[in-house]
Amino acid sequence: MIDGTHLPVLQVVVPLLCAPLIVLVRGGRIGWAIATAASVFFLASSLAILLEVQRVGVISYAIGSWPPPWGIEYRIDAANAFMLVLLGLVASVVAPYAWASVRAEIPRDNHYLFYALYCLALAGLGGIAVTGDAFNLFVFLEISSLASYVLIALDRDRRALLAAYQYLILGTIGATFIVIGVGLLYLMTGTLNLADIASRLGDVRQARPVLAALAFLTVGISLKAALFPLHMWLPGAYAHAPSAVSALLAATATKVSVYVLLRFYFSVFGTTAVFAAMPMGDVLLALSIAAMIVASAAAAFQTDLKRLLAYSSVAQIGYITLGVSFATATGLTGGIVHLFNHGVTKGALFMLVGAIAFRLGSSRIDRMAGLARSMPLTCAGIVVGGLGLIGVPGTAGFVSKWYLVLAAIEAGSWVIAFVVVASSLIAVAYVWRFVEVAYFRPPSEETARLKEPPAALLVPAGVLLAASVYFGVEPSLTLGAAYGAAEALLAGPR
Amino acid sequence: MIELLHPGLLLVAAGLVLATLSGRARAVLTLVAPAAAVALVLAAPDGVAWRGTFLGYPVVPYALDALSRLFALVFAVMAFGGGLFALGQASRVEVPAAFVYAGSAIGVTLAGDLLTVFVFWELMAIGSTLVIWSAGTASAYRASMRYLMVHLLGGVVLMAGIAGHVADTGSTAFTRIALDSPAHWLILAGFLLNAGAPPLSAWLPDAYPEASWSGTVFLSAFTTKTAVYVLLRAFPGAELLVFVGLFMIFYGIVYALLENDMRRILAYSIVNQVGFMIVGIGIGTEMSLNGAAAHAFTHILYKALLLMSAGAVLYETGRRKCTDLGGLFRTMPLTMVCGTIGALSISSFPLTSGFVSKSMVAQAALDGHLEIVWLLLAAASAGVFLHAGIKFPWFVFFQKDSGLRPPDPPWSQRLAMVLFAALCIGLGVFYAPLYRLLPYPADYVPYTGAHVVEMLQLLLFSGLAFFVMLPMLKRTLTITLDTDWLYRRAGPALAGALRAGIGSIDRAIRRVTLGTLGAGMGVLSRGLGDRGQLARAYSTGNMVLWVAILLVFYLILYFA
Repeated sequence: MIDGTHLPVLQVVVPLLCAPLIVLVRGGRIGWAIATAASVFFLASSLAILLEVQRVGVISYAIGSWPPPWGIEYRIDAANAFMLVLLGLVASVVAPYAWASVRAEIPRDNHYLFYALYCLALAGLGGIAVTGDAFNLFVFLEISSLASYVLIALDRDRRALLAAYQYLILGTIGATFIVIGVGLLYLMTGTLNLADIASRLGDVRQARPVLAALAFLTVGISLKAALFPLHMWLPGAYAHAPSAVSALLAATATKVSVYVLLRFYFSVFGTTAVFAAMPMGDVLLALSIAAMIVASAAAAFQTDLKRLLAYSSVAQIGYITLGVSFATATGLTGGIVHLFNHGVTKGALFMLVGAIAFRLGSSRIDRMAGLARSMPLTCAGIVVGGLGLIGVPGTAGFVSKWYLVLAAIEAGSWVIAFVVVASSLIAVAYVWRFVEVAYFRPPSEETARLKEPPAALLVPAGVLLAASVYFGVEPSLTLGAAYGAAEALLAGPR
Repeated sequence: MIELLHPGLLLVAAGLVLATLSGRARAVLTLVAPAAAVALVLAAPDGVAWRGTFLGYPVVPYALDALSRLFALVFAVMAFGGGLFALGQASRVEVPAAFVYAGSAIGVTLAGDLLTVFVFWELMAIGSTLVIWSAGTASAYRASMRYLMVHLLGGVVLMAGIAGHVADTGSTAFTRIALDSPAHWLILAGFLLNAGAPPLSAWLPDAYPEASWSGTVFLSAFTTKTAVYVLLRAFPGAELLVFVGLFMIFYGIVYALLENDMRRILAYSIVNQVGFMIVGIGIGTEMSLNGAAAHAFTHILYKALLLMSAGAVLYETGRRKCTDLGGLFRTMPLTMVCGTIGALSISSFPLTSGFVSKSMVAQAALDGHLEIVWLLLAAASAGVFLHAGIKFPWFVFFQKDSGLRPPDPPWSQRLAMVLFAALCIGLGVFYAPLYRLLPYPADYVPYTGAHVVEMLQLLLFSGLAFFVMLPMLKRTLTITLDTDWLYRRAGPALAGALRAGIGSIDRAIRRVTLGTLGAGMGVLSRGLGDRGQLARAYSTGNMVLWVAILLVFYLILYFA
């Protein structure tokens, strides 16, 4: 335990075992304690792994001591180590937050289920990030997805059921496509180890089944990542899920899927195969820009704050994939650092909206008139997070925006650089929707009576918010990690 | 030791603290913080003070040379004067926001790199928007939103430009920039937008008069003059600026002459005066750059004085239209005297601050053999005297008797006005200290016989013209002048036609723009709203259809 060689597997096994443990003890409180402890362990272990990766480069862990490619290999480089840190950070902030939030939003009998599923989702997401095996990746994807479907459906709001059902259908289609893609790759290479697939793909790279695999994987992962126009399941799922679930999923689930896309594109198929031999860069670029503009505009017209944030997430995923589409070091750095920055910012925002809903009983914008008078801290927090979405200097959002603009200019496209900065004006519009109502409308009788949400909700949200500001003022840590991740990915098949 | 304190950040911090204070402590800090900033700017030595890195680039958040000291000094003085004038301001937000605004303007002038410029540039936009908004009226709210959108757009343009510049050159240093790449044009556009240059000059007269009686005083000083500062540093001698400046000069005059709101007259005159500075930057000789810098310095002081007197009138009467005012000299003598001193200064009357600064730009045009520019500047000087030098004080303080008998404003406002009036006269008489602050050695002598006579002639004749043309300027006026038919009939008709013409063009543009915007928003909200095509809760089958479409698309793409 102390020497850390088994950390990669413990990272997954600990939360995975915590889930049945919680079900066995059947207690809401004890479940919360176990889930929180598992999340904190996850964070600590991911930080240790990140440091180790920065020292040695790549960690390869053979499950059950079966050497790869025969056994399952966990393979961690700078890219997935950074993902693990994001996961750990968000999970260990959301878990304490869940204490008060879950009690308000989920029937008491289901609390232990919530925490068990929370651990399962975390184990699944962590597993996707650490594994170097294609089929294992699919398994973890299913674990996290199944956990998410149920987590969303746990909300008292009946609409959550429909949202979870739609997410289930589309998520399953996505997972099926992924498994079809993996199957086709297995067919052509006879191996499931990602690194092994990459090395054996050499001669058959242009074979039809491999291209079909790329198509199925692209569509399947795009669905999971809610990449425009396959984002339709996301607004409903995030808007109707319990607040803690929205925060966790918005900050991590789609991000991990983007990571999977990066892994397949850069480490399996290879940069030249995807971006030079095929116009994937242009397609991704077009879809990203469409996401940035259409989803931002859609966000500006929403009447529910959670739904608004969900659409904003779709737009922000567009920014991430925009950076990816350039397939350059700057572009990937921008995309990956935005993946982290946006995860932190959006996590904080969903938690704050959940805190408002805790008092107000709703996240409808028109019921928040004059809310800034009665909840000055919460509303100020949302404004700070909103500034981060816009990309105002001093917030983490500015750092990523800067890199994306730089990448666009390096790629020789002034128009795209301008679209990136100009689209942030649409973000101003949707952030303003909240500011206008909360700050400039006179308080209604309902909002005037409300108090600030309890510290149990505000403190965790504040931690993430502080992180988003900290990484905006002092971005060398995140930028360094993102740059390392970009280099590891661009190094090609490992 | 002294360079450990950044005067701009000091003011920003004071603004944030101020928001939490009230009563005496608030008043003390309102005066002490800008005074400390003035002292810091004067005491700090030349040379770089702070270095750091951000995003992997070297940044210099605090660098001081002659040019930045000149602007930082006048901004700090302005924060002091504005704070003093606004001591009686009931809004709790305005002065703190104004200090954040002033502090970030100082931050721009002390920035040694483009990233710092951009950060303070954005902060300035937020601070100034809050100043407008804190007037608390519905029209101020709407104006502040329009203002914010224009400035965020400017920020977008500037950021794209700076990013391009950094990508091209790898350097973030804020030095002279040649107009040789799209990035540099974008930077110029971002700067010019804040200067109130065409085609978006209208944000300025639209927003500034909507601020409170004290808010407009702050607003008049910082945004446009930081733009002048950054243009001075980055684009001296860019020929395009001569034409941009000339356009602004005449745009300001024409609209100010047609305007009825006293503070909007003065707002148009800001565009006009900044035009003089931009012409100076465009000429690009040492004399003209000195002139632009000196004119920015004096302009801030006398425009603040003018807006203080207008603010005092608004504070006492609650009226802003020239037609509703008049005859106030009886009961507001101090305000009238101070307003008149400001009016004389803006008209470059000898022995006022405007005379010692503006004539440098004109002289530089003459020295550079730009006779047409010189001629236009001279004509414009007459126009300035018409709209700001006479029209403002005449209609507000003299003209007809409006029946209003308000007293002079409270002591804090009187003191601020007297202070700035003293500065205007003082700089006009003892101009040597100002010239020593200029970026280049100034051996210019403003008070030569020819100069004084020329300026007095110009002012005399345009003054005459004003009273001759009074019926054209204000048709509700009942002064009968024994002039010939041309002035009584054709003149007013011409002025009326002109006014109707410009008015209807203006209205048509607005109607079309707003109509298009409204229709566009309607389409968008139908498409993207709750029940919109693109954003409604989709049926599951619909979603799956998209998945299939995309899969087929990719397969065709790959197999083709």
